[in-house]
Amino acid sequence: MSVEFFDEMTRGDQSPRAVYARIQQWLKDTPPDVLASRRSQAELMFRRIGITFAVYGQANATERLIPFDIIPRVMSRTEWTKLEKGLVQRVKALNMFLADIYNRRDIIRAGVVPEDIIFRNPHFRPEMTGWRVPHDIYVHIAGIDIVRIDDKDFYVLEDNARTPSGVSYMLENREVMMRLAPDLFARHRVAPVENYTDALLSSLHSVAPRNAADDPTTVVLTPGQYNSAYYEHSFLADKLGVELVEGRDLSVRDDVVYMRTTRGPQRVDVIYRRLDDDFLDPLCFRPDSALGVPGLMSAYRAGNVTLANAVGTGISDDKAVYTYMPDIIRFYLGEEALLKNVPTWRCREPDALKYVLEHLPELVVKEVNGSGGYGMLVGPHASKTEIEAFAEKLKHDPSNFIAQPTLKLSTCPASFDTGVAPRHVDLRPFVLSGSDGVRIVPGGLTRVALKEGSLVVNSSQGGGTKDTWVIDDVLDA
Amino acid sequence: MLARTADNMYWLARYMERADFVARIVDATLRLEALPKTYGGSETEWESTLTAAGAWDSFKEAYGSLTPANAIEFLTFDKRNPSSIRNCIECARTNARAVRTALTIETWECINSGWLELKRFEATHDQKGGFDRDTLARFLEFAKKMSLDADGSAYRTMLRDDAYWFSRLGLYVERADNTARILDVKYHVLLPETETVGGSLDYFQWTAILRAVSALTAYHWVYRDSVNPRNIADLLILKPEMPRSLISCYENIGRFVDSISRAYGRQGPSQRRARQVLTRLENLKIDEIQSGGLHEFITDFLDDNNRLGADIAEQYLLN
Repeated sequence: MSVEFFDEMTRGDQSPRAVYARIQQWLKDTPPDVLASRRSQAELMFRRIGITFAVYGQANATERLIPFDIIPRVMSRTEWTKLEKGLVQRVKALNMFLADIYNRRDIIRAGVVPEDIIFRNPHFRPEMTGWRVPHDIYVHIAGIDIVRIDDKDFYVLEDNARTPSGVSYMLENREVMMRLAPDLFARHRVAPVENYTDALLSSLHSVAPRNAADDPTTVVLTPGQYNSAYYEHSFLADKLGVELVEGRDLSVRDDVVYMRTTRGPQRVDVIYRRLDDDFLDPLCFRPDSALGVPGLMSAYRAGNVTLANAVGTGISDDKAVYTYMPDIIRFYLGEEALLKNVPTWRCREPDALKYVLEHLPELVVKEVNGSGGYGMLVGPHASKTEIEAFAEKLKHDPSNFIAQPTLKLSTCPASFDTGVAPRHVDLRPFVLSGSDGVRIVPGGLTRVALKEGSLVVNSSQGGGTKDTWVIDDVLDA
Repeated sequence: MLARTADNMYWLARYMERADFVARIVDATLRLEALPKTYGGSETEWESTLTAAGAWDSFKEAYGSLTPANAIEFLTFDKRNPSSIRNCIECARTNARAVRTALTIETWECINSGWLELKRFEATHDQKGGFDRDTLARFLEFAKKMSLDADGSAYRTMLRDDAYWFSRLGLYVERADNTARILDVKYHVLLPETETVGGSLDYFQWTAILRAVSALTAYHWVYRDSVNPRNIADLLILKPEMPRSLISCYENIGRFVDSISRAYGRQGPSQRRARQVLTRLENLKIDEIQSGGLHEFITDFLDDNNRLGADIAEQYLLN
């Protein structure tokens, strides 16, 4: 086993960590053929549930399963509590940042964040300036990607403040894991995650427009069943007990949103939208969007409907803004960031650009607005030609890129036909913000790079998922 | 039809329904038991599960001490517990064999092949002196699936005559009993004063109740609100659209005792009692039930339901 990376079970060649003792014993006691049958059982369960996703640009792949690894990832309550505090802090600051950027812009005037990275950002929405969204909450659902490189700190890899996906996998992974290894599960007393959808519903209700009824009508807005995350949209609507609507089911009259029902039009108060800003309203954004609702923005601005997340939150997903997060937290909360940022070179700064160009083979370079692992360069894994081609792109538009050292992401054991082997992982906890506070269920979605040596965990790039267990503390011997 | 045949049809359905119920409450208890202590997980769960299954007294007689393993064994496979899943399936099959000609091939084969499957589980069970958690999970899954199949095949294939009506009566009387028992052992977490602002330790108790009657998702569709005790009680007692609610059970009971009385041209105590209970449920509001005491209401309901069972037996099954 490599000692180069922090392995969350074995710590390389050091003594195994106590939180993993029972998992390690289980792996020792379970014969390979039993593990193999568990793997195929898991696949069957996921097929039966119908939890699939689509990879764009791949023929015959419209309904693929995300590979599921049967070995859970374990975290102690102490570790979780620490992480949770950091997440609450970060998401609070994100909400304050967005409210400020779209209104007074104190942070720009104070010179903490340069204005061009905001105004040049394609996700900046001028339509949002000069008015406040209901209850000042912009990011109702955030997915904060967390990585570890040792057993001390948590690093934020990126903030997903637009429409983070994956929570249905967090929930279904747990259900499958409980059925797959009931004995192992029972011995761990795992903190439950099943209340996530209830917490989501409470958060969404809490941010209904002030003029909405006591019992606000909430819907989930999906681009439709050809979207890659359609399963998740339908899953969430079902668990929330709300309608899953498409743009064509909604209409706007006198700045009020209605859905077409068999009993006639029904007013809609809160829209959990899983549709990008660009497509929301053809009158306001992309005129060719057939997925949106004409007039939606006008109803939104009139304060008659809440969109979750708010429009224009994409600026905080931006990787250039990311580099300022410690300053942003300090500016609004007067606190030091509890979660660390990965050291990042802003290629817009000439010195940094020079360094990055000289060290491309060691670095990971990302587009500031990229997501899903597309359009990035992983230096150590790229060929000479790929690096040269990328260098040209970089020189052409340096502000569009940031660079980070190749992180020594922690590993967790994963189960394969060839045996159990460590693979790199990250974690996406889901943070809910309502007018009544922040809610986080313990754990999140662990993504795992299943290819040996790979650091890319995105499902569109061959990553898989694991169940994440937060358990009561077990002290290391 | 023969009174004995009607009796077999009635009990066949009751036992299949009970097997499903016991499997569900064991499942829900296993989930609760696996929770960290700080989330309300505790070992005393099994006592209320045994009580809900009507097996607490016989359990105390059979075992010296209450351990999860003992409780699970007693509820699933113990021959000394008339309501263990094993015994329920066995009794269902014995009743089915006695009325083989009154059943459709589909229904009979479902019950018989389920029973054969039970024998395979029993061999594993006896050989290893019990189930490990994996096998237990598969066994509970099997029991629920078998009950679903038996119900579905009867619904799809049986003639709508008195044989069918008696089997439906058995199913709904049993189901009403089961839902009421769950409420009875859990009423203390459903009292209004347990409702606290901003999340409660009882949350997972509440979802366990909903899971036990497979209504967790249904809850959200009906109330469009987070889980709270008042709505749970409302859903399980007074919501006609909820298939395991007391009122829904009594709508069905009313329908089937009426079908029987129309066919036989005579009404009796069963029809009167069923109508009485239904009328009472139709005119109640959940707040009235809560202010009058949920526990008292449930106790009365269980008595009424038992009396209805006795009325049906008296009027049709034993004469």
